[in-house]
Amino acid sequence: MAQQDKKGIVKPYGDAMGDGAVQLSFTLPGVSGEIAEEAARRLAGKMGIDDPYVSSCDDIGSEMTFIVLYGKVRHSVDIGQIKGFDRGDEKIPNMKVIDHMIEEKLGRVITAVGACIESDAHTVGIDAIMNMKGYSGDYGLERYKNIRAINMGAQVSAEEVVREAIREKAEVILVSQVVTQKEVHVRNLTRLVDLLEAEHVRDGVILVVGGPRITRELAKELGFDAGFGRGTLPSHVAWFILNRLLEKEGRA
Amino acid sequence: MESKLGLDKTVIDECRGFAEKITGDLMGFIQSHTTDSVERAVTRLMGLDGTDRIGTPYPNVLVDAVKRSRGLGQGIAAASADLIAYTGGALADAVKAIADKKLKLSDVPALDWDKRVEIVRPLAEAGLAEIKSRADERNSLRAAYPMSGPPLFYVIVATGNIYEDAAQAVSAVANGADCIAVIRSTAQSLLDYVPYGATTEGFGGTYATQENFKIMRRALDEAIQREGRYVNLVNYASGLCMPEIAAAAAFERLDMLLNDSMYGIIFRNINTYRTFVDQYFSRMINAKADIIINTGEDNYLTTADAVEKAHTVIASDFINESFAQRSGLPPRLMGLGHAFEIDPSIEGGFLMELAQAQMIREIFPEAPIKYMPPTKHVTGNVFQTHLVDMMFNVCSVMTDQSIHLLGMLTEAIHTPFVGDRYLSLSGARYAKNTMRGIGDEISFKPDGFIQRRAREVLGKAHEMLAEIVDISLVESLARGMFADIHRDPKGGKGIDGVVKKDDDYYNPFLEA
Repeated sequence: MAQQDKKGIVKPYGDAMGDGAVQLSFTLPGVSGEIAEEAARRLAGKMGIDDPYVSSCDDIGSEMTFIVLYGKVRHSVDIGQIKGFDRGDEKIPNMKVIDHMIEEKLGRVITAVGACIESDAHTVGIDAIMNMKGYSGDYGLERYKNIRAINMGAQVSAEEVVREAIREKAEVILVSQVVTQKEVHVRNLTRLVDLLEAEHVRDGVILVVGGPRITRELAKELGFDAGFGRGTLPSHVAWFILNRLLEKEGRA
Repeated sequence: MESKLGLDKTVIDECRGFAEKITGDLMGFIQSHTTDSVERAVTRLMGLDGTDRIGTPYPNVLVDAVKRSRGLGQGIAAASADLIAYTGGALADAVKAIADKKLKLSDVPALDWDKRVEIVRPLAEAGLAEIKSRADERNSLRAAYPMSGPPLFYVIVATGNIYEDAAQAVSAVANGADCIAVIRSTAQSLLDYVPYGATTEGFGGTYATQENFKIMRRALDEAIQREGRYVNLVNYASGLCMPEIAAAAAFERLDMLLNDSMYGIIFRNINTYRTFVDQYFSRMINAKADIIINTGEDNYLTTADAVEKAHTVIASDFINESFAQRSGLPPRLMGLGHAFEIDPSIEGGFLMELAQAQMIREIFPEAPIKYMPPTKHVTGNVFQTHLVDMMFNVCSVMTDQSIHLLGMLTEAIHTPFVGDRYLSLSGARYAKNTMRGIGDEISFKPDGFIQRRAREVLGKAHEMLAEIVDISLVESLARGMFADIHRDPKGGKGIDGVVKKDDDYYNPFLEA
């Protein structure tokens, strides 16, 4: 491993350093038998995989073939070139711990208002983060004793979100945008920031956006405090909220 | 069947008695109220279908118009009779005229009861005859192409495109699937109408429409002939349109419907009373159509802890059973639910799963029990998930479950790929084949861990049901006794759609 760190180049490891061993599985439609195997090998070649070996090739009906393939990837990655990502050493605690820390360190219940705004009718994102049930075994914000989570649902106008946030004295606004066709999400999100600024409440809240196509870069660019993409768990959001609030109060 | 768990029959009988009291307390409300969706279902059962020019379904056009002009207290059947008599034509033509603003309901005179019955009854009889012929068709297909023995393998398709779904379903059938469920598009449960026509776009699923039902049914019927075994089509009669989906499903020979008496309240924040009225009528339709309902107890364990809250599952199964019975569903149509959701890191967790699965099997011996796979403690490591799923398969075969929803190795990542389904079916087939008959060979140690666990869970369910008898089901939902979620009976979606019936309310499907 030391040798690899020195160079900062990584590639997959199977049985020997630098062998580039990978496994892939996928389904090919419209082919079967030896032709499917050969198609899979050629596909692997185009993916930069040498010595492709089809270990399994099964007819799965509807004229489709399920392939398992092993090979050696030619490519490698220079980790020295990777910027702007966490080193991956921050382990996000679970709900219990975060909840306890809110009580201990912040000493108050945080009010968070959430909605999927404007024309977007998909509650899946905001529900995954806010609903009791949560997502992938990670409980939603409603479940936190020290977070008062108000989920306004979908198709809520930016005006309604701002009004609710003011009325409920929210410290956090969470918005979800799932539909991104024709950049509609950018318009919606910009409008929300404009409204908050017009009401002079932008600085008083932590503004967070989430959605499958949201990146932290996009969020920053649009004037949000954070952006969360695919695979985000409620605890990630809660952890961010807690730390940002502590930071704001100079207690981080 | 001899109890392998040594369960106390008096405790079970008492649980049933409690459940009967609990649901009985609500029957007064249920029978004196109707809902927008119940009335829309009535129009569908009388043959109304189609949409106006902007895509509003005719059942919505009619029910909304009646609601605005004279209210729904007499029932949509009464208003329909008046309309048919006034226009002298078909109901659909009258509704089209309302949509086109060529006909005002306020101009339509009200007939007396007998006249209304005379006009509407033939329409209702035609609808019921159609439903019966679908059920007969199912029976003869099942005779010609017998179903697999239990557990029936149940998989989900969810591409958003019904044609794509059909291709994936056919592949799954070729690999041993016995039940194909088309997952609905996200948030369809909160739409207060049923979308119309074939759809090729959805989010996280495919819209439930009558046309989509028809397309999938046709694809599966072809597969049935090819494979020589009957394959069940499953969809979701839940959310704000529970009874309407049941009506559409009855016409298209769906075989199973997710149809829980409380799921919408707890997990979709649909109004408590709206749900109770809707579930009653939707289940009556299912009884007439011979459709197996699936209840959603598995969901409790995705929010609440599967070890501590196992008894809420069984308590809810008793309540769902009692509600189903009140709608006329026989036990053979009650797919009562439960799940394999105990944290795999808990020592002896599998023994608890065995105890619970065996217990539910024994308490509901005639019901086609629906067993749900692990979803909560799977992480995206597909290899690990595949192993956990195999433990679930083993438990299911050992305890003789009826409907077995297959776990997918890509659970928590994406809706299943066609290849995921193949791997999952291969694993389940392996368990079913290699372990055939194991249930008959097993007995559990008297007073051992498994027997004690089953007794403990049943005991707690008994306690919980007794408490619900005291405080009422509505109050227990408000207190968060199921899934730790609190629901205010005065809140929730669809509350505006609950209507008190007048003395001369008429619904031909309640009498048939």
